[in-house]
Amino acid sequence: MLVAKPGLDGHDRGAKVVAFALRDAGCEVIYLGLRCSAERILAAAAEEDVDVVGISVLSGAHVPLAAELIEERTAQGMDGLPVVVGGIITPDDAERLRQLGVADVFPAGTPIDDVVGRVIGIARNSVSAPGGDDR
Amino acid sequence: MKTEDDRGVTTDSGIPVHTSYTAADLGDLVEFERRLGVAGEPPFTRGPYPDMYRQQLWTMRQYAGYGSPADTNSRFRYLLDRGQTALSVAFDLPTQLGLDSTDPRARAEVGRVGVAIDTADDMVDVFDGLPLDDLSVNFTINATASIILAFYLVAAERQGVARADLTGTLQNDILKEFLARKTFIYPPEPSMRLVGDVVEFCTEELPRFNSISVTGYHAREAGCDAVQELAFTMADAIAYSSLLCNRGLSFDEFAPRLSFHFATTIDLFEEAAKLRAARRLWATIARERFGATVPEAMRLRFFSGCSGATLTAQQPMNNVVRSTIQCLGAVLGGAQSIHVMGYDEALAIPSDDAVTLALRTQQIVAHESGITRTVDPLAGSFYVESLTDSLERSATEMIETIDELGGAVRAVETGEPQRWIAENAYRTESEIAHGIRVKVGVNSYQEDSATEVLPLFEFDETGFGAQVDRLERHVAGRRQHDVDAALSMLESAAAADVNVMPPLIDAARAGATLGEMAAVFEAAFGAYTEPSPW
Repeated sequence: MLVAKPGLDGHDRGAKVVAFALRDAGCEVIYLGLRCSAERILAAAAEEDVDVVGISVLSGAHVPLAAELIEERTAQGMDGLPVVVGGIITPDDAERLRQLGVADVFPAGTPIDDVVGRVIGIARNSVSAPGGDDR
Repeated sequence: MKTEDDRGVTTDSGIPVHTSYTAADLGDLVEFERRLGVAGEPPFTRGPYPDMYRQQLWTMRQYAGYGSPADTNSRFRYLLDRGQTALSVAFDLPTQLGLDSTDPRARAEVGRVGVAIDTADDMVDVFDGLPLDDLSVNFTINATASIILAFYLVAAERQGVARADLTGTLQNDILKEFLARKTFIYPPEPSMRLVGDVVEFCTEELPRFNSISVTGYHAREAGCDAVQELAFTMADAIAYSSLLCNRGLSFDEFAPRLSFHFATTIDLFEEAAKLRAARRLWATIARERFGATVPEAMRLRFFSGCSGATLTAQQPMNNVVRSTIQCLGAVLGGAQSIHVMGYDEALAIPSDDAVTLALRTQQIVAHESGITRTVDPLAGSFYVESLTDSLERSATEMIETIDELGGAVRAVETGEPQRWIAENAYRTESEIAHGIRVKVGVNSYQEDSATEVLPLFEFDETGFGAQVDRLERHVAGRRQHDVDAALSMLESAAAADVNVMPPLIDAARAGATLGEMAAVFEAAFGAYTEPSPW
């Protein structure tokens, strides 16, 4: 798994908590830290051969930032790599994110066990899906 | 008194709580009265002023700002019309990180979590029609605090207001940015030098303005407990004071203009005790470490922000109740100014309705609850006094641990305190997940997810273009030669270790942008990447 914060927002409590929880659930977690560009996230994802990329945004800029990442994912031929998003996200925005091609959305208040279970489920599908390794 | 059923019962920060408390928990009574003292005198346990709220209520200061300078000006007028008594400016992330609205890295964030300020003209417009000699203004700004102060001073000049008449607070606390809030730009050492330049300038030029607000709030919001919040705040205040003393400033002269900022979260008595302990800790530190001789230099005054991290997206109206308890905690702790969260802040920037209710919460606590009638109403409570003593003791130990790491600056460079915060946040979250910590509406008393739909704040995605146009017009219309000359003076000051405030003010007057000035600093100081969290 790769956990990163795109954009400029520094609220990293949620990202770190999710990273710790995934680690304790037995996942190998790369925490990329703050102010990551889409290019940096995808380069790290390719290099570490991760199964899921999770981004956390608390500034409200989740839609444009996720759109940028998804666009760059396509540009790099990495569409098989699932992206999930967490943050301060309204129900309307969660729908918008799904339409962009985000695999799952975790608004503030999602129970941590739920986040872990759903991310691991997505990772399993990502590994087993045909073409999932073409990146 | 300790009894059998004590086992496992603790405060939010893990301090063991007995079934009941008695006079025996206060220890020696003469010593107890010495620790307690009277309000308005060292060690200030009972409050920074003798008459507290009987003489003057706290300042009601809701943190606000979004979109363009004009948008923010109208939110300020909205709040003042409803009885708010001072202003607190929220800046967008590009402004906090030294990026102009035209910078490609700023694209998604312009005007989103605060107002976009690119030039002195923007600052002039934020305060259009709002007299700066009459309004206390708080600026939540850190890495670019010196630049924002320069813009503010130009705005005051344009209103014809003398520097000596400006009141308010510049957050200007870079250490807690490295620790928790994370809008740092430059490495710790040169960042500290900028803090020092600002405080030195303000000590000479702005006698009524707080040039720094030493802040534990963000570490608490990022997940640490009350003891760590106290210890980090004090360790940071020690680091700034040492820096300023090393620059030849007199502690007795600058310390009265230091202000503080704490969170007030939901554990009511622990929080009130924490704020009382904070005053006593600082009075002791001021006297013992810095040789303070005047009471004003030992007196801790603070702003309290209620906790956003305690709010829930589920059943959001419950947050009104949580915030009310937190507001009570801040008042019982003796706050000088207070911000109450909007009930919808786990979902979005607060709506007008949520902001109004937050302000009304403060007004009801102030004018209806009777809580303000007497100074420090919790004094003498066996429980609260015992908690105050425990918090002071535990925080003192942790300050010593930070001393052993080499002080606050070295400590944040190692990333160690950042790890403590993240680990504590994870512990809290795990306790919620396992039902050890009850969160109403989250792990208990849940309702179906399709609950009420709130009218939320809608961010205007088109505002970005207008701000970019405005900045491009500004740059095209200014006298480039003057800007270049001013930036070159700034470059020399940054390199020569000369106070950057005078050249910043000149550059702001000449029409230099925030991004241009921040870039001068970045060229001189470099950019900083934080240590890995594990």
